[in-house]
Amino acid sequence: MPRQREVSTERLRERVEEMSGEKLFACYQCGMCSAACPLTEEMDRLPSQVIRALQLGDPTVIESNAMWVCASCFACEVRCPKGVDLAKLMEALRQIRLRRSLDWISLDELPRERIRELPQIALVASLRKKAG
Amino acid sequence: MNAITYFPGCSLKDSAASFERSTVAVMERLGHPLEELPRWTCCGTVAALATDDLMHLVAAVRNFERAQKIEAEEIVAPCAMCFNTLRQVAMRVNVDVEARDKINAFMNEEEDYEGGVAVRHLLEILRDRVGWDAIEEKVTEPLFDLPVSAYYGCTLVRPSGVGIDDPAAPAVLGDLLEALGATVVKTPFDTECCGSYQVVDRRDLAVDRSLRILRAAITRGAAVIATSCPLCQYNLEEARRGALAEGMLVEATAPVVAYFTELMAAAMGLDEELLPADLRAAVVRSRETTPEGV
Amino acid sequence: MTDEKPTQIFIMGKAYDVPPGVTIMDAMEYAGYRFVRGAGCRSGFCGACGTVYRKEGDYRFEFALACQEMVQDGMHLTQLPFTPAPRAAYELPSLDSSENVLLQYYPEIARCVSCNTCTKACPQDLEVMEYVQAALRGDLAEVAALSFDCIQCGLCAMRCPADIKHYHMAQLARRLLSVSASPVPEHLTERLKAMASGACGEELDELVGLDVDALKERYSAREIEPAAEGAA
Repeated sequence: MPRQREVSTERLRERVEEMSGEKLFACYQCGMCSAACPLTEEMDRLPSQVIRALQLGDPTVIESNAMWVCASCFACEVRCPKGVDLAKLMEALRQIRLRRSLDWISLDELPRERIRELPQIALVASLRKKAG
Repeated sequence: MNAITYFPGCSLKDSAASFERSTVAVMERLGHPLEELPRWTCCGTVAALATDDLMHLVAAVRNFERAQKIEAEEIVAPCAMCFNTLRQVAMRVNVDVEARDKINAFMNEEEDYEGGVAVRHLLEILRDRVGWDAIEEKVTEPLFDLPVSAYYGCTLVRPSGVGIDDPAAPAVLGDLLEALGATVVKTPFDTECCGSYQVVDRRDLAVDRSLRILRAAITRGAAVIATSCPLCQYNLEEARRGALAEGMLVEATAPVVAYFTELMAAAMGLDEELLPADLRAAVVRSRETTPEGV
Repeated sequence: MTDEKPTQIFIMGKAYDVPPGVTIMDAMEYAGYRFVRGAGCRSGFCGACGTVYRKEGDYRFEFALACQEMVQDGMHLTQLPFTPAPRAAYELPSLDSSENVLLQYYPEIARCVSCNTCTKACPQDLEVMEYVQAALRGDLAEVAALSFDCIQCGLCAMRCPADIKHYHMAQLARRLLSVSASPVPEHLTERLKAMASGACGEELDELVGLDVDALKERYSAREIEPAAEGAA
């Protein structure tokens, strides 16, 4: 039987809360995080929409690219009036996929010429965030 | 005076070697010599944020254990990214006994880390221990009329409780630059993200972010952008190089990107070999335009 | 077998009584295993006989070379003589050791979390994690120094949660260093030149013409270390 790598979305809300240590329902959808985020142009869902989907238990949020575009800059975190650390929610979503070996980047696909140009600080950080 | 236990991080031994050279030289000049943490390892570069992801805290905790072994109460990192990662982990494992016990049980080849090692950024040491006055005293070649943008990026000031200054209106880097005699240029992008590690698989995205930071500095007349992070430095320089090649920026106005310690070395008249050629040229240019008697 | 009480070990879960005080390799042969692979020099140098074991009452995994480690009562073991880890293909002379070559050819070193599992697995007691860390910061000399006694058994790579191929990477570091930093050995250069211009041609032709038995005879009779001149 082939290895099952689909992410179980059962209890997604609870798992995200456990892994992030954040309270999803503290968010009242003011949108400050989305206003603060420097990378929303690249996201298929706004940061505040990611939280909304989690509140509603919408499992398709796990397919969003938002957590992979997130650079963990914490601009959302310092501006949230309710003290919700969205960066940690994004990390939980990343981890749920990475723990199923659903890596977002593969070292094998990075050309050697590209690695030559990159400093190790970028590689280490990227691999920690985007590969399990 | 006790030497400061210094955590260089990988970049300072490699791509950011000039950051280390200038850091060591200026701290020596200020009478606060640095002593490298024995057998330090990579900090992890980014903090693991999931509550149950203890494995990714191990690297930082191992460094704390090595500091504990030499009875150092703090470790000081000039690299903002190392600083941020190490401090986030310290803030967790110094109080979360359960997590610490688990990590200690895993690292059974090391002595147990008892908690208590503090992580500080070099700018905190300069502000809180050395003091701007003492720095000003060591300035022999003030950077008069050199317009410098104090670029903090993310990791010096965020997340809340981790950063070294007010995340909305940080002052530490600007204060340092003023002590060096420079003119601080404020931009709305001072604490904006450079794109960080996205440069690995989304170079376009990091270059776009970094170009905005460069343009904001150009608009306000900055000749230099002062950084504290080898990844910001890399991204800003990448964007600068690309934009110059494509004619989107011109050499005459594109700011030089430099580590804050390099600016300190310049102001303290330390060996010119410490300074990258482009920074030296920018400093010389600003001095030439400074009227006599200033 | 002597009157001494035999040692009980478990090879892949099956119990065997073996003579005490013998190596794992000897004990396995005593138990009936015949090595086609997974044994080489039998002297602790070739790295072919990597073995993992646990002792009853000890949660820890232990690592050894079967030809070097003595059996102990209650040892549960299996050989791990090979780690699938293809070596990167490179043309050594074309590499620039001032660049981040180790990261280019073994980028997975950037995944190291300093867990130190590799160091705990090393039967040579090398500081494996520390040389991976040195590699990450481009310190070839440190990698070479810390990995010098590596015998390429592969146990580090088998245990690594970050999929690092430590031993291959360190070998590249040592090679780079020898190309960039070590002096060119004059005697070797001269010898190679002589070989290229036909020295030893006759002797080699003669060897090629020999049959296997004659070759074996020559091999056993070979001079291993020349007697020191003037030695008694």
